[in-house]
Amino acid sequence: MNTAHSVALHHHKDYTGSKIGIWLFLMTEVLLFGGMFLLYAVYRSNYAEDFHAAANELDTLVGTVNTMILLTSSLTMALSIAGIHHGNRKLAIIMLILTVIFGGWFMVNKYFEWGAKIAHGIYPGSEVLGHHPKGELIFFGLYFTMTGLHGVHVIVGMILLTVMIFKVLNQPRKKFEFVDGMGLERVLGGKFIVKGKDGGEVWSSDELDDSVQSVKIDVKYWPVKKRFRIADFNQLENSGLYWHIVDIIWIFLFPLFYLIT
Amino acid sequence: MDRDHDEQHEPVSYGVYILTWVTLLVLTSITVTVAGMDFGSVSVFVALAIASIKATVVLYYFMHLKYESKLFHVMLYVVLVTLVIFIGLTFTDILFR
Repeated sequence: MNTAHSVALHHHKDYTGSKIGIWLFLMTEVLLFGGMFLLYAVYRSNYAEDFHAAANELDTLVGTVNTMILLTSSLTMALSIAGIHHGNRKLAIIMLILTVIFGGWFMVNKYFEWGAKIAHGIYPGSEVLGHHPKGELIFFGLYFTMTGLHGVHVIVGMILLTVMIFKVLNQPRKKFEFVDGMGLERVLGGKFIVKGKDGGEVWSSDELDDSVQSVKIDVKYWPVKKRFRIADFNQLENSGLYWHIVDIIWIFLFPLFYLIT
Repeated sequence: MDRDHDEQHEPVSYGVYILTWVTLLVLTSITVTVAGMDFGSVSVFVALAIASIKATVVLYYFMHLKYESKLFHVMLYVVLVTLVIFIGLTFTDILFR
């Protein structure tokens, strides 16, 4: 195994290592929400009736629609990465944009849902809630904390995916620059020639004479399938994994808050 | 060693993801329908069972866990077992206090 050699040639990235890293992070996220689910489970076993009464206040339809939206956003996320794997960048970018839009739609629904609750005086520490039984108070405390933290995760995911849209637009791409004192003297007097597979000349530049101040080469590997490496897109894959774990957390939040009436 | 070949498994077809999504939507409608019926104390467990199936489907297909090495499965099991121990121990306290 000549690792040093491949590092020099490919700017080798540890693809598996980065994936292990993101999975470890996702597992800490599971434990973070797991702690809250434990809290929920304990209080629910103590205040079963209050929890059922409080859950009646939540709109099952809004919860169901939001579940569908988030599941669909997981589909578009997976399709985006599949697009990359199949070498279809256009599809990948369209699907990424759709994923961000679905995430935004979810948050807009959440905004109106929270807004309606707050308008009815149901929010942590409110006077109205103070007159409710203790279990209902705890239920709404958990509801705002858990869906709130989940919402923060959705927003973070949307930001990550927006960055990824630009990353995918720019990858894989390599830029070379020759300026005076930094390699320009090596290319002066020569010219750039692009040759096709049959060895024939496809394109050639003028001779680089003294009037040339700098040379920039911008290579986009994308259209050539051979140069395409999934490892170049591991940031997109990792962001996708994050998006899916946020979806999984919602999969558990949904029945526990909306479906226990 | 040809690392690129180790790292790149065959791309999963678009159809698999669409099917995964349809499965998830069907499971969602089932859980909403079941919640409408009255199964008493069992309904919590039905809801959690369906949620667990949905989570597994997302993990295996959307998150590619199906195609990952044993290490990733072990990581998940460690976390899940830890959670079960936390929840189990807490409830031995809550229920028998």
